[in-house]
Amino acid sequence: MTQKLIVIGAGMATGRMLEKLVEADADYDITLINGEPRGNYNRIMLSPVLSGDKTYAEIVTHDDAWYSEHNITTRFGTFIAGIDRAAQTVTTDSGDVLPYDRLVFGTGSNPFMIPLPGHDLEGVIAYRDLEDTERMMGLGSDHKCVVIGGGLLGLEAAAGMAARGVDVTVVHIMGHLMERQLDEAAGYLLRKALVDKGITVKCSANSKEILGENGKVRALLLDDGTELPCDLLVMAVGIRPNVKLAQDAGLAVGKGIHVDDQMVTSDENVLAVGECVEHDGAIFGLVAPLYDQASVAAQTLMKTDATFVQKELSTKLKVTGCDLFSAGDFADGDGREDIVFRDPARGVYRRLVIEGNVVIGAVMYGDTADSNWFFGLIKDKTDISEMRETLIFGPAYQGGAPLDPLAAVAALPLDAEICGCNGICKGEIVEAINAGATDLGAIKATTKASASCGTCTGLVEQVLASTLGDDFVIPAAASVCGCTDMTHEDVRRMIKSLKLTSMPAVWQECGWKTSCGCHVCRPALNFYLLADWPLEYQDDPQSRFINERKHANIQKDGTYSVVPRMWGGVTTPGELRAIADAADKYMVPTVKVTGGQRIDLLGVKGEDLPNIWADLNAAGMVSGYAYSKGLRTVKTCVGTDHCRFGTQDSTGLGIKLEKTLHGAWTPHKLKLGVSGCPRNCAEATCKDIGIVCVDSGYQISIGGAAGMDVKETELLVQVETEEDAIAVIKAITQLYRENAKYLDRIYKWMAKVGLEWIKERVEDERDALVERFELSQTIYRHDPWAEHATNKAQSYQPLATLSLEAAE
Amino acid sequence: MSAWIDIAALEDIPARGARVVKTSLGCVAVFRTAADEVFALSNACPHKAGPLSEGIVHGKSVTCPLHNWVISLETGEAQGADEGRVDTYPARVEAGRILLDRSFLNARSAA
Ligand code: SRM
Ligand SMILES: Cc1cc2nc3c(=O)[nH]c(=O)nc-3n(C[C@H](O)[C@H](O)[C@H](O)COP(=O)(O)OP(=O)(O)OC[C@H]3O[C@@H](n4cnc5c(N)ncnc54)[C@H](O)[C@@H]3O)c2cc1C
Ligand code: SF4
Ligand code: FES
Repeated sequence: MTQKLIVIGAGMATGRMLEKLVEADADYDITLINGEPRGNYNRIMLSPVLSGDKTYAEIVTHDDAWYSEHNITTRFGTFIAGIDRAAQTVTTDSGDVLPYDRLVFGTGSNPFMIPLPGHDLEGVIAYRDLEDTERMMGLGSDHKCVVIGGGLLGLEAAAGMAARGVDVTVVHIMGHLMERQLDEAAGYLLRKALVDKGITVKCSANSKEILGENGKVRALLLDDGTELPCDLLVMAVGIRPNVKLAQDAGLAVGKGIHVDDQMVTSDENVLAVGECVEHDGAIFGLVAPLYDQASVAAQTLMKTDATFVQKELSTKLKVTGCDLFSAGDFADGDGREDIVFRDPARGVYRRLVIEGNVVIGAVMYGDTADSNWFFGLIKDKTDISEMRETLIFGPAYQGGAPLDPLAAVAALPLDAEICGCNGICKGEIVEAINAGATDLGAIKATTKASASCGTCTGLVEQVLASTLGDDFVIPAAASVCGCTDMTHEDVRRMIKSLKLTSMPAVWQECGWKTSCGCHVCRPALNFYLLADWPLEYQDDPQSRFINERKHANIQKDGTYSVVPRMWGGVTTPGELRAIADAADKYMVPTVKVTGGQRIDLLGVKGEDLPNIWADLNAAGMVSGYAYSKGLRTVKTCVGTDHCRFGTQDSTGLGIKLEKTLHGAWTPHKLKLGVSGCPRNCAEATCKDIGIVCVDSGYQISIGGAAGMDVKETELLVQVETEEDAIAVIKAITQLYRENAKYLDRIYKWMAKVGLEWIKERVEDERDALVERFELSQTIYRHDPWAEHATNKAQSYQPLATLSLEAAE
Repeated sequence: MSAWIDIAALEDIPARGARVVKTSLGCVAVFRTAADEVFALSNACPHKAGPLSEGIVHGKSVTCPLHNWVISLETGEAQGADEGRVDTYPARVEAGRILLDRSFLNARSAA
């Protein structure tokens, strides 16, 4: 006798299963029950419906004619409310009881809604079905929408609405978009493409509350206080297998409904397919494996042997103009070889991860034409040793063009400024070349590019090379590190002229050869970015050397030294007492007076740092930045306060300078000295910036050193008032940090750009430099000790302390 | 036999960072890479016992904070021209939690 089969859910998985059963003419009397008031449709095509590229009618996979032709009874807009497994019946929400011999669950999943305050307001929706899609389509072009979630679904929702003229903001909690499928570099390109479509993208953004008015959503509030007004809020932050019904029916359920390799649940008469299942610990969110499950379930129902096997998955995004692809495991590391290809001109990024002659992962952006071929290599574990050299170029490659080291410069737009000193753009240089200036000297003479400080020389030469081709040979210059062919100076200019404000942006636009840098380039880039874009860029502690990450100097035995500021070398009995108390309390083995007029507590244990800082803070002391590429000390002498020769208040000026420069990051350490008269007891003339007070004012000189090289400072300018002296010093500090190569002290930088250039700049642009300095200081002039002692103390403790017994 | 000990949440370690687990026989550094993998290694550099947990993490390597030796997180081997190795211990992430194999404690007490 024909058995009764009931299918719960007309989704993508059960749709495919029904096709298989029908094709094989299976002997079942089938009833299909669906909660949504419609039959099977291609859910993944809701995105093209949203963007207007398709209509709903076009994405219906099975219509009424199909069901009746195959004798499938349908009940749409009906939910199954309960199951009696002993009696083998299901009960609908309207109370009908239907008997079954075999039952199939295809209940899909539920969108996860973050339980933020206000999540139940009218106008807060998910993106799952036609109703949600229609809500979004109904939003007129004069409206605003916020999408929480920068994954596949959220971005398709955002792009679809943006295509309809809606003002869309995407809020994503992680540092880059689609972090589960893409690495940072591809995430950067994707973000750029979405921003070009008019979408606002906020990464590393934490939602705090959904604000409403009269029961309707009004705005999203982020935890940094930003309010994003919106008429509709879409949450696309993940899905949870829909298991409630199965759980109530007493089936074995974990994250999803447990099934075996034949898609049978803990009850032999009940099967499950699709996003509602858990197989071998895994749950599913893409259709490819669901289709495999559907065939297996159909075969099981027809009593043929079949086994479901999990396979490698790949991802694409259905947004026009954002061609991306990712598959496999693309984390980098040793034993794994990373092949990276970037074409900044075309916005192309390709990365293959290879282990033991097999491709195990791939990420591609911009040009994904060959993605299926690469995916095939991953799935088939093809031995690629024969084609290794040319693999990255794809299957069509036949001894074609090698990687172009000039690609980054070739890609620069004509209006990108190459020479900052003289405001010369690439277009003007190209014009000069075309007019016959074919070497550096001629370019300097005709355009003035690279004729001033000379730090853009490398880029000018590359413009020459990319315009003239083989007729111009670039003199070799040392690159930052193995990750790039560019010099520090080239990279700095690229950051400024292309307004690159993140590390992935630099990696892509400058054609980095590695996926994410190394311990040599990352600290340099971190400095360049924060120096040039103090407001836009967020400091990355993980790209800093330990001393700057933990705000203390690491010692050879792994302990730390703690040096509080002693402004201008002046202290008080109270401070000294607090230092003495701290030394006792934390059993500091060595207390030493430094060469920089302050006290060093050496040998403090890492775990004690936040505590000793809190104690020193309580006595009014702050971090001395003795560990930093930044302002160190301002050494002073006693000056007019006590000395019979003093001409100005050198101690007072030193304290003012230390207080105003405090916290500033610079390319290398920055030390100052202020002496009250030319006897120079503060050794000002061997500091990076030295001030010698004289009767008529202040002599400011720069470029001194007394370490590996000993240099005397050279006079920059003499000014009359203390106010002018402070302004000049801020200006020179800013000029230094905007232009010097990472790890060049002032004297090294000065040797490259020349004292005259520095003088001119400080004279002509003093006020603008001071203004930029102060802007940056609004972010960086603070005490990291206080901040870490209050907010990050936990991170200084061990993750766990284990004893053998505890683990047994 | 392996028995996994739940140590902490993955977020307790910053991406491209490390924290230590203290044992009676010294510290074990637990690293988290940019791709959210975790590795557990002895915290003493083969060169002069520098604390590896304080180094800069790049790819699946860490650069020792004292004299810049680069150590593989997977094998514990020093990279490039430097020679030496530190012990590595099984570690994994499950449901957002970091797990270490108890055997590492036994191995350390035997040493
Ligand atoms: C503590 C101190 C020595 C002391 O006991 O007096 C010291 C200690 C260190 N110095 Fe220094 N320097 C100290 C004053 C100096 C001075 C004298 C001065 O500032 O008047 C100089 C020469 C002046 C100069 O900088 O031109 C000096 C020139 C150096 C150099 C060479 C810099 C150069 O460009 O040639 C280095 C190496 C480096 O920076 O790369 C260095 C590096 C170091 C480091 C940070 C080495 C390191 O990387 O671990 C030492 C840290 C020890 C620690 O754990 O605290 N230290 N160092 C002094 C701290 C001053 C302070 O209060 O902040
Ligand atoms: C907008 C969008 C775009 C997507 N794009 C892609 C893509 O590009 N590539 C990709 O691989 N995947 C994509 N997906 C994911 C893919 O659509 C899902 O993996 C797939 O639809 C899951 O199929 P399913 O059969 O398990 O569940 P579903 O298709 O969700 O079907 C489940 C059905 O069961 C019904 N139901 C639930 N409980 C009951 C009950 N108690 N009684 C009766 N009926 C019930 C529901 O109403 C629903 O209709 C996308 C998803 C969305 C929402
Ligand atoms: S002189 Fe050398 S040994 Fe002495 S503190 Fe400076 S860096 Fe260390
Ligand atoms: S102790 Fe690690 S490199 Fe020297």
